[in-house]
Amino acid sequence: MDRTTLDARTELRLEQALEKIRAVAATGNLSTGFREESLIRAVNQGAHFVGCDAGSTDSGPYYLGSGSPRGPRQAVKRNLTLILRETLRAGIPAIVGTAGHAGGRPHLQWTVEIVRELARENDWHFKLAAIDSEIDPAILGAAFRNGAIKPLFPAPVFDEQVISEAQRFVAMMGIEPLQGALAGGAQIIIAGRCSDVAIYAALPVMRGIPKHVAFHAGKILECGAASVAQRLYPDCMAAELDSEGFTVEPPNPELRCTPQSVAAHTLYENADPYTLVEPGGSLDTTAARYHAVSDRAVRVEGGRFVPAQKYTVRIEGASLAGYRSIVIAGIRDPLVLKQLGSFLTTLRATIERKIVDNLATPTGSYTLNFRVYGRDGTMGALESDLKIEGHEIGLIIDVVASSQTLASDILPLVWHTGLHHPIPEYQGLVSNFAFPFSPPGIDVGPVYRFCCNHVWEIDNPCEPFHTSWEEL
Amino acid sequence: MAELWQFTKLIRSKNAGPFELTFDIMFKDFESYDRVVKIRLLTPELVGRLYGVPEAAVQFFEIKEILTIKFSIPRKVFSGDVDDSDVYGGQFHGPLVRLPVR
Repeated sequence: MDRTTLDARTELRLEQALEKIRAVAATGNLSTGFREESLIRAVNQGAHFVGCDAGSTDSGPYYLGSGSPRGPRQAVKRNLTLILRETLRAGIPAIVGTAGHAGGRPHLQWTVEIVRELARENDWHFKLAAIDSEIDPAILGAAFRNGAIKPLFPAPVFDEQVISEAQRFVAMMGIEPLQGALAGGAQIIIAGRCSDVAIYAALPVMRGIPKHVAFHAGKILECGAASVAQRLYPDCMAAELDSEGFTVEPPNPELRCTPQSVAAHTLYENADPYTLVEPGGSLDTTAARYHAVSDRAVRVEGGRFVPAQKYTVRIEGASLAGYRSIVIAGIRDPLVLKQLGSFLTTLRATIERKIVDNLATPTGSYTLNFRVYGRDGTMGALESDLKIEGHEIGLIIDVVASSQTLASDILPLVWHTGLHHPIPEYQGLVSNFAFPFSPPGIDVGPVYRFCCNHVWEIDNPCEPFHTSWEEL
Repeated sequence: MAELWQFTKLIRSKNAGPFELTFDIMFKDFESYDRVVKIRLLTPELVGRLYGVPEAAVQFFEIKEILTIKFSIPRKVFSGDVDDSDVYGGQFHGPLVRLPVR
């Protein structure tokens, strides 16, 4: 190697080492909002891009199963307005991950429609990339037969029947599909199901920031201002990344990060505080160091990226569990309360008999759940303290059946039976339940369940994802 | 008798994905953290007993740098499933709050 090449390489390395990337998280979730002035300030501080997560599995399987976005649409539109306006003004990309809360095809389309509407209404023009992450069950079935689908722990039973009966599957993308969209010149990227961390790591890694820095910064940024010492309201967060580490500082001068508040955020919603599993590898923060560089900014170094043996993406699926109808009732009579356990046991037996007799519906073809608030309604089977100490309880009687009609038909038999169910201390017709509403029952609609906790081994990180382009 | 919450600034439970629950007990100062760690109030054995899961399924961490004890357990009922009672997993920490600290 001659001297010139060596110098050129040193120079290149130096340049890479000197390059700093400023990443901005608009907020922790696209619908929850942020201060407009915080975003403007963060972008004016020299942001290279703005990211925002729009989803989570936290609210349960309903959104993935039903295809409904979580919204509210007006809030999502308002937040997108500010993100698009500021990033277009600065000429930097915006990346939205897990569109519409679950990241399925209808969620992506819903979000893209809002973006189109904004472009029309504001006469904005830009290149939009929409990355679809919904997985065709036939493709997933083939992957399953090839042994490419591996369970995590704990995993529900998963086979080809589950795949064919499920409502919807998505794969969670890593940084690569986002990088493809950035390389293609996308100004606005709306991604389906996407790793929260990838939203913030994709661009920095493309620009030479090491993965351990980019992924660690992504983990801190993904919840917006959640990593500040005292989060007064949802807001933006910013980080400056370089080859050694990153400095995180809230753009809002009212908020501040401390080493403890930033370190503590790696705990949040993560089973193992030292290991963050991402598509393509894990971030190991065992040796991470956090120190204050001011009373508001924290420097983070020392994370380690451990590449995976095989590239995997998490798959998420939801299947229909049935249709729900519920009734809410209060019980105040101390004699009923003191024998509530046996009261509900005998009530259940009477109800089951009535449903067989009147609806010709066998026991076991529906679920009947007494949720007793004031005893174990909150923790269910995990509650060890079954005493009733208050002077009343709140009861939710929860029926799930194979159709809404059946659940709705079962429900009045249930609550009417309970209303007049006898206890030994009283003779004559009693009314045990206080219903706050008329009609007492409520049809809740379809109930879904997460049907897999699995990963998919893939050769090409972009394989399950499809990017479509639009010039707006 | 003193109770666990008096030594902490935050006790919380939360989903770590739909299939696991994670618990963070964040102490208000080093003395509080150290005292609770030293008397071995919180252990995988206790967690297993309180939440009815095998001790081997409890991931347990004492994180001195941020004065936190953290543990995670598999969910018996997955988030949002028909029998679930807490979709976000945010109220399963209740039985920890008033644990007596001797």
